[in-house]
Amino acid sequence: MDPDLVYLDHAATTAPRRVALDEMRPWAESQFGNPSGSHRAARIARRAVDEARDRVADVIGVTSGEVVFTSCGTESDNFAIAGTVAAVGGTAVCSAAEHHAVLDPVTHLGGVVVHVGSDGAVDLDALAGSLQGVSDRGGRVSVVSVMAVNNEVGTVTDLAAVADVVRRLAPDAWLHTDAVQAACWRDLRAISAVVDMMSLSAHKFGGPKGMGVLMVRDGVNPHPLLLGGGQERGRRSGTTDVAGVVGTAAALVAADAERDHEVARVGALRDRLIDGITSAVEIAVETVPRASTVPGVAHLCFPGIENEALLFLLDQDGLCASAASACASGAMEPSHVLAAMGVDRRTATGALRLSLGHTTTVDDIESAISIISAAVARLVDIAGRSRVDG
Amino acid sequence: MKVLVGMSGGVDSSVAAALLRDAGHEVVGVTMRLWGGDSDTGCCSVSDVDDARRAAQQLGVEHVVFNFSDDFDRHVVGPYVDAHRNGRTPNPCIECNRHLKFDRLVSRAEQLGFDAVATGHHARVGTHVDGSFRLERGADRAKDQSYVLHMLDAQALKGVLLPVGEFTKDEVRSMASDLGLRTAAKPDSQDVCFIPTTDGRRGFLESRMSFTPARVVDREGVEVGEVPAVELVTLGQRRGLGLPGGGPVRYVVGIEHSVDHDAPRVIVSDAQDLLTVGERVGSVVWAGDPEPGQLLVQTSAHGDPIPAEVSMVGGGSVDIRWTLRQPRVAPGQSVVFYDPSDRWVVGGGIVEPPAVPVRL
Repeated sequence: MDPDLVYLDHAATTAPRRVALDEMRPWAESQFGNPSGSHRAARIARRAVDEARDRVADVIGVTSGEVVFTSCGTESDNFAIAGTVAAVGGTAVCSAAEHHAVLDPVTHLGGVVVHVGSDGAVDLDALAGSLQGVSDRGGRVSVVSVMAVNNEVGTVTDLAAVADVVRRLAPDAWLHTDAVQAACWRDLRAISAVVDMMSLSAHKFGGPKGMGVLMVRDGVNPHPLLLGGGQERGRRSGTTDVAGVVGTAAALVAADAERDHEVARVGALRDRLIDGITSAVEIAVETVPRASTVPGVAHLCFPGIENEALLFLLDQDGLCASAASACASGAMEPSHVLAAMGVDRRTATGALRLSLGHTTTVDDIESAISIISAAVARLVDIAGRSRVDG
Repeated sequence: MKVLVGMSGGVDSSVAAALLRDAGHEVVGVTMRLWGGDSDTGCCSVSDVDDARRAAQQLGVEHVVFNFSDDFDRHVVGPYVDAHRNGRTPNPCIECNRHLKFDRLVSRAEQLGFDAVATGHHARVGTHVDGSFRLERGADRAKDQSYVLHMLDAQALKGVLLPVGEFTKDEVRSMASDLGLRTAAKPDSQDVCFIPTTDGRRGFLESRMSFTPARVVDREGVEVGEVPAVELVTLGQRRGLGLPGGGPVRYVVGIEHSVDHDAPRVIVSDAQDLLTVGERVGSVVWAGDPEPGQLLVQTSAHGDPIPAEVSMVGGGSVDIRWTLRQPRVAPGQSVVFYDPSDRWVVGGGIVEPPAVPVRL
């Protein structure tokens, strides 16, 4: 990437870790055997996959057999939701602030979407009500999906509390969590301990794109999405991407090893970023109290500003940031997360997500503060002038 | 200059971006996302955005997408439905130009520090004898689009560039081909961009309004047919009226709404009864100072300009009086005035319904 760019979009994707790239190289180059084979070249590749699986299992705190490699976080989420309904029927339930990779399969399957609070975390009373409601109507909840960390605003969900509600009111349901945004900031062992399935995406923690993980607890058997050669113990057919698997493991181990240090370091940078912007820009609002979020996300709203215009100016000044999710055309769409949180349309239109990661520096933060302050000032000034003119 | 080029994904706007780049401007391409619903034509589909982005990449210019679907709903789709409900025949492309391309996009461009907005329309920005800008027909008379841009007055044209207006469509296609653009052979967009061809206008409107059946009568009031939706009937229409075949061609010459609680009536007659001496035109926009008088008047996107006397009647309206009687123009349609040499846009407006229902 251009070293002059200030990159604050680590929640979209983060820089690949050198250790992951180094470990991947031989498997993408000379050691190209297919691990499903039986000859020597295959056995060498097989061993790399097995070792990588052990390393991932260790970081997540599960057994190796509970780790399924997939092609992305979206596939992991779809596998958990659609695979469960395909295997055991019943109703899927998720929160209204889920990533579309969860929300869309749940709604597609006629599932139930549960309210979230003003911080974006699922409302536990509403969750209890929804679970009770399904059984009152004679239905059966088969899978509940609640994200560990929200991808837009960064809110951390108390999954232990969610698990209590689910085990009490839907004891037969499998609890899934999309932990894609959690890997760099939260202890995955604590998360996996209270759920039945957990999705990860390798490129969010410095691994390669095109690699996902679904942790599937023993005894939990969603129906596979892909049928064929029976790889991943029949749970995900398709030739194993050996380099991808190795890179995933290397990056996850590195993220895990530096987590405590990074949480403190990036947390301080995030605080400086938000404080710097809110003190320079009068209209800036911190969307969610930072005590509720991971250190990697700074979500701000500038009511009255159109974030499409703001992002254009930031981009012109070399700052990479984002707003809500973009649709297939690349156009900004109103955020379903902010809408679910009850943020009014005018405020939500001025939303800006700045996300930090393992390569973020103090210089990035200071540059971002001045670029953002200047851009917002320009847009506020023009809006003020046209009001006077008009 | 810093120029924001509206890129629809089609050949004209792609070449417009190339011409501006070659002229040394700092060019950024933008595709407006206008319509969130189904679409298979025009400027709103994801595949068109893909085409625009790819063209921009090939030209080495930046490309962004702006989502203006809220304003498109408010200023184009909503009024389109309302117009049908009120017996008008709207022109949504003109309203899109008026409110989206040359209002919202221009405002956004100013906000972001651009000096001008460009599009791929076949029309030219010329200079009037008094030194002010005037919209001029495109060099390719058959592809001229000044009709749909007539709302661009001298003030608006200060910040507008129309680079392909100097060329014929064939020249534009050939330039696109030389540039290796995959849009070179893309067909011209047709119809209304937000209406899928599968459902058509009827299907689109059916889900947004209720239709009123109407009796079709001749000029003596004798019922000769019926239509399920008077809202879909347009002045001058001659098909789809439930008329028995074989007779002389008959046209819709009048539409009467809910007279004395009766069903509305669609009046049909021969072409002679469609003729009128003139029209009342409202919401008139002049290119500069009003210049009524003997002008040429064009009543559809690719219609012939017709001589008429245009006179001011106050309230932003004008009366046009045809030199020779002409078929009536459906209320809601835009008409555009050109100077007698048929080169410059002088003004334009929207045809109003007759003050008194037509009684034949």
